[in-house]
Amino acid sequence: MADSWLSKFPKMDRADLLEIRKSLDGAFRDFSREYGDEIESFFSPLLDFLIWFEKLLVQSPWWAVLIVITAMVYLASRSWKLSLGVVVSFLLIGYFGMWEDTMRTLSIITVCTLLAIILGVPIGIFMARSDRTQSAVTPILDVMQTMPAFVYLIPVVMLLGIGKVPGVIAVVIYAIPPVIRLTNLGIRLVDKEVLEAATAYGANKMQRLLGVQLPLAAPTIMAGINQTIMMALGMVVIASMIGVKGLGQPVLKSITNQYFTLGLFNGLAIVALAIIFDRASQAYAKRSQKHLQDGHNV
Amino acid sequence: MSNEVKIEPLIEIKDLYKVFGKKPASVMPMVREGLSKDDILAQTGHTVGLKAINLDVYKGEIFVIMGLSGSGKSTLIRHFNRLIDPTEGQILVEGTDVMKLNTKELETFRRKKMAMVFQRFGLMPHRNVQDNVAYGLSVQGVDKATRVDKANKWLETVGLAGYEKQYPSQLSGGQQQRVGLARALCTDAEILLMDEAFSALDPLIRSEMQDQLVELQKELNKTIIFITHDLDEALRIGDRIAILKDGDLIQLGEPVDILLNPADDYVEAFVKDVNRARALTVDTVMKPPAYRLTAETIGEALKEMRQNSADYAYYMTEEGFQGVVCEKALESAAEDNAAAPMDEFKVEEMSVLSPDAPLESIIPATMKSDFPMPVVDDDGDLQGLLSREDLAEVLSDFYKDEKDEVVTESKTD
Repeated sequence: MADSWLSKFPKMDRADLLEIRKSLDGAFRDFSREYGDEIESFFSPLLDFLIWFEKLLVQSPWWAVLIVITAMVYLASRSWKLSLGVVVSFLLIGYFGMWEDTMRTLSIITVCTLLAIILGVPIGIFMARSDRTQSAVTPILDVMQTMPAFVYLIPVVMLLGIGKVPGVIAVVIYAIPPVIRLTNLGIRLVDKEVLEAATAYGANKMQRLLGVQLPLAAPTIMAGINQTIMMALGMVVIASMIGVKGLGQPVLKSITNQYFTLGLFNGLAIVALAIIFDRASQAYAKRSQKHLQDGHNV
Repeated sequence: MSNEVKIEPLIEIKDLYKVFGKKPASVMPMVREGLSKDDILAQTGHTVGLKAINLDVYKGEIFVIMGLSGSGKSTLIRHFNRLIDPTEGQILVEGTDVMKLNTKELETFRRKKMAMVFQRFGLMPHRNVQDNVAYGLSVQGVDKATRVDKANKWLETVGLAGYEKQYPSQLSGGQQQRVGLARALCTDAEILLMDEAFSALDPLIRSEMQDQLVELQKELNKTIIFITHDLDEALRIGDRIAILKDGDLIQLGEPVDILLNPADDYVEAFVKDVNRARALTVDTVMKPPAYRLTAETIGEALKEMRQNSADYAYYMTEEGFQGVVCEKALESAAEDNAAAPMDEFKVEEMSVLSPDAPLESIIPATMKSDFPMPVVDDDGDLQGLLSREDLAEVLSDFYKDEKDEVVTESKTD
């Protein structure tokens, strides 16, 4: 009587469940054994680039890196205040002994962001082209954003082992949805009449995309890229669990050993990077969209 | 217009239907049967945009398509350059079936043949005024120097020289639409499609733009298809006007036809509010001249007049209209010397009306005059007469109502 399906949830037989797990795990293991090498070699150019870029940042003299970063921030934002903030925060980071980790994190975040843009913007464009693509891609994006990162770390690690490339893949999966979503949204929000005007003057698909849709969607796309950068930075700690070096590892260490101050310092360094990325990219977006602001200066 | 009948139309729309919905073709039999728009919407969920539209547009005319919102006028204009594809029907431009063009040919057709001006301007906010005007050329791949040259030239024509580097958001509505107009002119396309081009502008700017368009048209002799919901605007700039209602073409004609012979109650309701004194010109209401006096001597003139049993006449020579001649004055002159040439007779001079003057401007003169006012064209020819009774008839609605009453009375009898 106690085992009636009314009182207890009629669950699957334990043996069957085990069987499912076994066969799925087995199939994936076979797959990774079979194709692991090929997949790895497919990603090897990415790995080479990652290593080269990290070396560049870590091994160049600190003052040279600082000058280049400050110059880039200034060119993007044209703001002395922000540039000064960059100098101060990087000096502090270096003074507290986190320079190397920060450079590593900076390199991986930069690569992840570039990858997310290169992949995400075209996907967003395709989504904007057809409602069917949009309804197919949207649930995938939902899964990517809500599935706990650890879950998709497992197959990535099984396939590629521990290291930079699986880290980058995990970060990109987690961080790419905003840029896709907002590219799609931005293009869909482009004023119909402006697009119609382009068509009426005989613009072809490419001319419409490059001349009208992308430039007009740019503010929205920039907001997406900004979100992507923030999310990528948020993934740094999780990615460190699969061997991505950088600011995440000390944080991870301080969780396991309860080193509050170590965690705080490294956390603050991540925050500093995030703020710099955010302000610089937003200032750039704003500056390049000046003409969109209303104003009668006639 | 009458001598243009033989000319081939530049654009022909033949039996055009447009149905919006998931399966437009399936609804076509019902549309052809003549079911109403509402019935079809209720039964099938499809919206009938246009039905059985047939019209020709001739080179060099301003063809106005008029209707209220939902009448299908914006849908119709988008068929000319195939921004919308018809469900059924043909669109011929200079004999070429636009429906048969492939993507590449259609792009070339849009680049070369037609240019469009939009209600809300459709300017690109991220390009400055100069680049906006040159947009059509940049799509065609014209080099930068030529583009800048042409753009500046057209900006000057529409009165926006000096604004080249401004962005659209920095201009007023009227200025933005001038940019839109310059953009359309810049491609040298011979057909201009103007979709409610002036509707978003305030009244003063609107009439200014209308004048500018008519002025430009005199110089450039484009073919302009102009959409509007404003009959005053239609009458003011249109050479011919097509009136749409619920996707039907209910009347097509010259402004005078529409004003004086509205096809049905719908058009009549429109026409009622129009200021006729402003919309009509003298030549549309004048009567043909009954009688011209051309005699050479006073005696002959008197004879001619008596034959026609008139007590006054308009005297014409080879140099044109001279003035009005009264029978009594002529009689007393004839008593003196009937054989004297007309040159010696003092013709009573009289101010004349120009045939293309709006009625508004001639009301005082016509009302003061005891004789019908002579209408004389630039060459001095007497074209017609305008009496104050005729003028009053045209301007008053009373006359119309009276006529309607007569008709109904005779029916009841």
